[in-house]
Amino acid sequence: MIRSEILKEIAPILRDQLVVCNIGIPSQELHAIDDQPTNFYMLGTMGLASSIGLGLALSQPKPVIVIDGDGSILTNLGTLPTIANNVADNYILLIVDNGSYGSTGDQPTYAGQKTSLAKMAEAAGCDRVIECQAEDTGRVLQEALDAKQMTIIVAKCESGNAKMPVITMDPVVIRDRFMKAVQA
Amino acid sequence: MNIDKKITDDLVANDISFVTTVPCKQLAGVIEEIDARDEIFHIPSNKEDEGMGLCAGAWMGGKRPAIIMQNTAIGVTINTLATLIQFYRMPLPMLISYRGELREPVACQVEMAVHTKALLAQMNIPTYHFHHQADVEELDAILKYTFMCNKPVAILTDANFWGGYGDQ
Repeated sequence: MIRSEILKEIAPILRDQLVVCNIGIPSQELHAIDDQPTNFYMLGTMGLASSIGLGLALSQPKPVIVIDGDGSILTNLGTLPTIANNVADNYILLIVDNGSYGSTGDQPTYAGQKTSLAKMAEAAGCDRVIECQAEDTGRVLQEALDAKQMTIIVAKCESGNAKMPVITMDPVVIRDRFMKAVQA
Repeated sequence: MNIDKKITDDLVANDISFVTTVPCKQLAGVIEEIDARDEIFHIPSNKEDEGMGLCAGAWMGGKRPAIIMQNTAIGVTINTLATLIQFYRMPLPMLISYRGELREPVACQVEMAVHTKALLAQMNIPTYHFHHQADVEELDAILKYTFMCNKPVAILTDANFWGGYGDQ
């Protein structure tokens, strides 16, 4: 399975939740698969999806699912201790770990080699860390929502991207409709 | 006047309830004051761009945020300011320790100080410079201005404002 197949499979779970989605092809794929006002698409700023989602989870009660990538987590590794030490039980970080920088041409990341992001999250102090295979992502994600406990999911999948159009929606529109969905 | 308390009072009076910090010696007192206040959720961040991500999320979640950092962080956060805070048009007061100005004991700090205002000007970021302690009187108006226009706004606070570095 590649990332877009995971996103298709979990789209029914994501639909009713606040989602912060990583820059580049992940946001393009989610936008094409199931655009929702509850989706916040990052159009730039690699690495900050997990931080934006944490700030959001700490500031309001609804569950927040962050769809991040292994490359983006590696870019902002300081996020893991910040997450671990500021527990928000409405926060789920789903790291789609395909071992590559998908948006830039599938160059390998260190997460696809010797580095374990699940072990790094555990070492950072995150209490509930689950590594799973791509096929189990939906079940693990639903269990995390049901558990109402801060969860870091590392979903191991194959490298590759679906061909989807660039998001042309204005960023202020994305942000405004998202904020209205947060308040709804 | 207790400057740390005055700054924190202004934050609270402007309903700022989510503050992230990356420390600086000059900011130690105000960070301590913020940490002690029940009205403010204080979340230290490991790097300033991470902190701006936290603030963006908090604002979309309905809280007014602020970031406290050194001016060296302007070098770290240019991309985040342009592609997150400005692109999505979000308010962000940045209380900045302006190292490398008059009474600075560490030469290396001057190397970023000489770029600080130029970078902020290049980014079209409204910038205020507190040099004398009385300048803090404008903080309340600056905070109101920030949330009126939904922009990042820089408040540079230099060593003279903070009372220098003692005997150094």
